[in-house]
Amino acid sequence: MELAAKSVAEIQVGIADYKIARNPCRLITLGLGSCVGVSLYDPVTKVGGLLHVMLPDSTQFNNVSKPAKFADLGIPLLIKEMRAMGVNTGRLQAKLVGGAQMFSGLDDKLTLNIGQRNTEKSREILKRLGIPILAEEVGGNRGRTMILDTQTGDVLIRTLGNKMKVV
Amino acid sequence: MMNNNPELSAVHLDALREISNIGMGNAITSLAQLLDRRINMSVPLATFMPFEETIQLVGGPEELVSCVSVRLSGDVPGMVLFVFNSKSTYRLVDLLMGLDPGTTGELDEMGESAVKEVGNVLTGSFISAIYSLTALDIKSAVPMFAYDMLGAVLTSLMVASGRTEDRVLVLETRLFQEQAEASISGHFFMLAEPGSINKLIDALGFSMT
Repeated sequence: MELAAKSVAEIQVGIADYKIARNPCRLITLGLGSCVGVSLYDPVTKVGGLLHVMLPDSTQFNNVSKPAKFADLGIPLLIKEMRAMGVNTGRLQAKLVGGAQMFSGLDDKLTLNIGQRNTEKSREILKRLGIPILAEEVGGNRGRTMILDTQTGDVLIRTLGNKMKVV
Repeated sequence: MMNNNPELSAVHLDALREISNIGMGNAITSLAQLLDRRINMSVPLATFMPFEETIQLVGGPEELVSCVSVRLSGDVPGMVLFVFNSKSTYRLVDLLMGLDPGTTGELDEMGESAVKEVGNVLTGSFISAIYSLTALDIKSAVPMFAYDMLGAVLTSLMVASGRTEDRVLVLETRLFQEQAEASISGHFFMLAEPGSINKLIDALGFSMT
């Protein structure tokens, strides 16, 4: 293992979960399929947050046990927590990754394209909150791993069989 | 009505394990015929777990896997799916196409249809075994296929099938074919809604009270 220059702490963000970290740290969420990873970053304080959204809209469900599962609740929740850490929300910059359609076949019920709806809902919520989206790597049919580097605000995207992409 | 967070008794879990046993027994018999190879299966697991943990039963979230899934409707709404890691996927292709073990190292269109075929045979024979055992009305949709990161594949599947509550019933079996240079191992899952679990158990002659 190379430890020398790379001993930056890495925090894993689970499915339907979010994490916030101060620099230096890397927030990582593994295997986004139809789920969307939403990163928020304040370039001044270098505080970053990463949210792993599974579903677009909580209002379609009766009991919501995990707000972070939904774009409409998770994004405001992440922002609130970041504000509590002293982040000026006017400086936040967002990046979106994921929202793919993983399965091929003819079953309509499984091709409802939740990925696309997750992406659209996330855009809508961010727009309503006045947070600019600096980059997107969404759609398609590939699974993605998303890493937010709090040193730079860069988002690294890993897909199988390809080189790491930075946005 | 059943509660929303069903913790079934040991007897009920046994009944579900038996369903899994019979369904999988039938499925691997079909696969053995297709491949002309002896296939073994592990003792089925029947348990409730957070759906994220089903990923860990198979491997790491970024592991490359192939997955064939079939959505069930009728009396037993739910999902059955088979997952093979990439090595096993390639070996399945070798066996089906009559290639020397180790020939296949990536999945082209031909390979993909071979793996889909294996998935169709497995899911189809699982479902028909459950049907003859219970006489429940089980309709299966067309099979869906994915070949990518395990975490992305399983999570997307569960989101699409609406199975994202905290705990899901998982019937899991591992199938394997041991051969010095070409072992295959796969995971089978059946994910069911609470209502369909009732019906399955009732149909087997156990009451849910």
